[in-house]
Amino acid sequence: MVPLQYYIIMSAILFTIGIYGVLARRNAILVLLSVEIMFNAVNINFMAFSAYITPATMVGQIYTIFAVASGAAEIGIGLAIILLIYRGRETVNVDEVNMLKW
Amino acid sequence: MAQYAWVIAVMPVLAFLIILFTLRRIKEKAAYVAIAATGAGLLLSLGVLATVWGGRIFTYQTTWLTAGKLTLKIGMYIDPLAAVMLVVVTTVSLLVQIYSIGYMKGEKRLSWYYAAVSLFTASMLSLVIANNFLQLYISWELVGLCSYLLIGFWYEKKSASSAAMKAFIITRIGDVGFFLGLALLFVNTHTFDFSAVRQIVAAGSLGAGTLTAIALLFFAGAAGKSAQFPLHVWLPDAMEGPTPVSALIHAATMVAAGVYLVARSFFIFEAAHPAALQVVAGIGAFTAILAAVIAVTMTDIKKVLAYSTISQLGFMMAALGVGGYTAAIFHLTTHAFFKALLFLGAGSVIHGAGTQNIYEMGGLLKKMKVTGWTFLIATLSIAGIVPLSGFWSKDEILTEAAKSGNYIILGVLLVTAFLTAFYMFRLYFVVFTGPVRDEHAHESPAVMTYPLLILAVPAALLGLAGSPLLGNWFTKFIALPGAEHIAAAPDYLMMGLSTAAALAGIGFSYVLYGRRAVTAWSVVNSLSSFSWLNTTFVDKTIRDGLRVTLGISNGLARFDTRFVDGIVNGVGGVIGTFSRYFSRANSGFIQRYAMRFVIAFMLLAVAVYFVLVR
Amino acid sequence: MSFPILTAIVFFPLIGALVTLFYKPEQVRLIKWTALLASIVPLALSIIVIVGFHPGGGVQFAERVLWSKTIGASYYLGIDGLSLPMVFLSALLSVIAVIASWNISVKTKGYFALLLLLEVGMLGVFVALDYILFYIFWELVLLPMYFLIGIWGGKRREYAALKFFLYTLAGSVIMLLAILAVYFNGGAKTFDILALAAKGIPLGLQHIVFWGFFLGFAVKVPIFPFHTWLPDAHVEAPTAISVLLAGVLLKMGTYGFIRVILTTTPDALKEYAWIMATLAVISIIYGALNAMIQKDLKRMIAYSSISHMGYVVLGIASGTVIGTNGAIMQMFSHGLITALLFLLVGFIYERTHTRNISELGGLLNKTPVLAGILCFASFASLGLPGLSGFIAEFLVLVGAYSSLPWFAVIASGGVVITAGYLLWMLQRVVMGALPDKYADLLDATPREMLALVPLVVLVLVVGLYPESVLGFINHSVVALVKVVG
Repeated sequence: MVPLQYYIIMSAILFTIGIYGVLARRNAILVLLSVEIMFNAVNINFMAFSAYITPATMVGQIYTIFAVASGAAEIGIGLAIILLIYRGRETVNVDEVNMLKW
Repeated sequence: MAQYAWVIAVMPVLAFLIILFTLRRIKEKAAYVAIAATGAGLLLSLGVLATVWGGRIFTYQTTWLTAGKLTLKIGMYIDPLAAVMLVVVTTVSLLVQIYSIGYMKGEKRLSWYYAAVSLFTASMLSLVIANNFLQLYISWELVGLCSYLLIGFWYEKKSASSAAMKAFIITRIGDVGFFLGLALLFVNTHTFDFSAVRQIVAAGSLGAGTLTAIALLFFAGAAGKSAQFPLHVWLPDAMEGPTPVSALIHAATMVAAGVYLVARSFFIFEAAHPAALQVVAGIGAFTAILAAVIAVTMTDIKKVLAYSTISQLGFMMAALGVGGYTAAIFHLTTHAFFKALLFLGAGSVIHGAGTQNIYEMGGLLKKMKVTGWTFLIATLSIAGIVPLSGFWSKDEILTEAAKSGNYIILGVLLVTAFLTAFYMFRLYFVVFTGPVRDEHAHESPAVMTYPLLILAVPAALLGLAGSPLLGNWFTKFIALPGAEHIAAAPDYLMMGLSTAAALAGIGFSYVLYGRRAVTAWSVVNSLSSFSWLNTTFVDKTIRDGLRVTLGISNGLARFDTRFVDGIVNGVGGVIGTFSRYFSRANSGFIQRYAMRFVIAFMLLAVAVYFVLVR
Repeated sequence: MSFPILTAIVFFPLIGALVTLFYKPEQVRLIKWTALLASIVPLALSIIVIVGFHPGGGVQFAERVLWSKTIGASYYLGIDGLSLPMVFLSALLSVIAVIASWNISVKTKGYFALLLLLEVGMLGVFVALDYILFYIFWELVLLPMYFLIGIWGGKRREYAALKFFLYTLAGSVIMLLAILAVYFNGGAKTFDILALAAKGIPLGLQHIVFWGFFLGFAVKVPIFPFHTWLPDAHVEAPTAISVLLAGVLLKMGTYGFIRVILTTTPDALKEYAWIMATLAVISIIYGALNAMIQKDLKRMIAYSSISHMGYVVLGIASGTVIGTNGAIMQMFSHGLITALLFLLVGFIYERTHTRNISELGGLLNKTPVLAGILCFASFASLGLPGLSGFIAEFLVLVGAYSSLPWFAVIASGGVVITAGYLLWMLQRVVMGALPDKYADLLDATPREMLALVPLVVLVLVVGLYPESVLGFINHSVVALVKVVG
């Protein structure tokens, strides 16, 4: 059996890639994709811990299913916002969008 | 009878209210309302005088306010002094009001004039019947208000409104002293009541230092009201008011209130350090001679009389200062009548001649018989010629001064007596004798001349009541309770001296102005250099003081907006600058926010690691 | 429990304000009449309270409902001789403010709703006997005031409104800290002002708490050097708001001094009395000297308010029964007189469109009633005996004289300066010749007289018979003043 550490390392790598994507990508859609990668890194952790530490209850797996569902909803809203920004500004480049201030 | 004395003061208040509320409809009829109220007051006053004839004293009081342990009462203290003052005030006020029907004829604010005069009469009456110092002070301020209103009666004129303001503010400077004296008195005795204070003072529980301070502070108030040096400068300016007002307020009654105050609180002065009375005597005598000198140089008929009033008030103060309590009151009473007569006569002259400059008048005796002759009576009276009123009262003051052994004061007063006779006859000769300068001058209507005739009687004869011929009756009547009256032996030396001074003054004046034997101008000019003390010193000092005050105000206003408010705005500005600086971090780029978030999280993680785990 | 009359007094204007919100903005007449009714009812109720008030009976008409047991806050209203004149004054001046605002034509609805809300706050401050409630009402006053100045004010209204708001807010935050310090001190779990005062707090804490309260109240009074918001606020505020600002809001500060500082930190007060008195005397002289030079009538009266409120603080600092009586009298009397002055300036401004003293003149010729009342009010303000201002200043100075003699001596010098600037103003405004451009001025209208006459009558009544007010005040003061000197 693969040791737990492998899962955790992979999750950390995925998460870091996600952070890099969120901070560095200019395209809003790719930023959103990076957020999803981080998201799934967390899901992997959930499942791995669940499977190795409390295999009887499967709490982590159930949690992950919830997270995937709400993640789908979240990505929907995120894409909708990006779509609206694109309509208003004709761009999805996050460097040109500074609407997060009064 | 005396328990109804308050009615005397209330009636003019009613007259005031009636006129005030019908101000525009009542017009000339206001005069009748006011005269009726004062006339009734005069009758009642005579009744009150009759009641206290035997020297009895009546007091009544009622609670006015309670604050903590302090209970203030208002009430009446009717002793012979108050009764005499009641009669004096109502008489002069009544005659002035009648006279004003003629003098103020056609004035558009006539009803307001009578309202203000009524209010003045009421306040003055309340002042003289007060049974405590607080009520005295309240009335004192109210007469000041009426004086302000009436000096500024012709308020369209800048000079009139300025004079009114000057009068109010300068007397108020004195009043602050009076007020502090009251506070000091109250803190030490917990009462304002005359009788109670008298008992406490008599018991000797107050230190001489405290009493001296109270006395001097009271005198500051009296000096303001009675126009004593250096607070005398308002009175000549006050002549901007209508002449009958000058007669009533600035000659006969209100300006005498200062003398009245010192007389009322005389027991405090007596109990105080002798320096207190010496100050009173010194300032009184100095004022008397200073004002007399200045009066010689004046060419405005009312100004001459104004300085004469200041001088005579100085006489009274000096009398009080040398311990001549009754002499001062006596002179106050006679002065009220002859000075009112002089002012009303001057008003009649101004009315007839249409000018106030005495050198534009001349030979008016031929044109204005009644005015001229009554004026002569009053002039003789103030000059101190036997057997007119002024002689007896002035003589008594000189006698007191001699008795006190204060020969400097006596000398000054004798010189003043000489000067008084001189400037008054200068006035008389220039105005009433010599060639006629104005053919249009005419005698005033009867409504003005009858008051002159009536006033001439007390101006001439009232003095007899206090003369040795009638055994100094007046003096005994108003003497302080318990004061041993010294049998009046007529002091023929003093009589002789004062008559000599008066005659010398008249003679000198006759040579200069009656016969015009010597060029008058040279003498007057040489004298006018004496008045530097007044014009260039006191008045200028006050004006400088005013300028300095305004300068300070101006500086403070700048200090306020630049510095005090500057700090406030500065604090706001600094905070504003800081927040503008920090708000730049708020760029709106989501990735910068996320970056900060990540960095902060990592720092936190490191911190947690170091702090908690290790 | 009997009819909660104090609650009715405080919250009736709120009902009026809510009703006003349901009208259409065009229903101007209806809005005004509603506002008038909503302000008259508290006045009528306060008169009922006066009639039913027993001068010797301590806190009366008390209403107490526990609000939060955990922290010990309660809805506690009550009235004593200190608050009674203030409640009456607030109710009266609110009615007069509504009458004086009759000509407000922009955003009428919002104006009257805010005015009524302001009244709720003012009345509440004077009857609240629980710190939390007190603080809520205290802050409630700020908000409507901010908008009333900021929207209906003059040219620099936003600046003035913001300055007023931030300055007084800063003050009240400090006050809140002091309140919490008092609350946490004993662990008694109550915000009851009277109970906390009766319990007393240790000397060391008193010194800190004193300064907290002092700063909070001093800004409101205002005492030099915390006064600069006042002239700006007054100059920009509409007439009726100036009336309430000077007539009532300033008194909240001195009310706090008496209600809180005098009772809760008496020992610290005694120790720092000289500082309070120094600032009071500076306020008196400094305010008067500043008033002298002002060109704008409203600014002049604003500075004169600073000067006159100095007497109140001096009376309180004296720590004597007489001085405190005088201070409350001065609060009441200054409320009447300064309201009168601001009304008159407002009415004159409506006619001449200027408040610049040098552009006015000779008003007695054309508008004798307005000008005459201005003279009356000025004389009342300079402390003429027979009018209400005199007896107040007299009591303050006598009280101060017995404990702080030199301060009283200097303060009484202010009387001369006060006479100076007021008479000088009168000379330039009502006397002299009338400028030609004002040849067709009209004298006071019946509506204006309706606003002026009650104040004139009260100034006279209180002046001639001070017992009419002191009779209510005195017993409470004797009870309040612990540090009788």
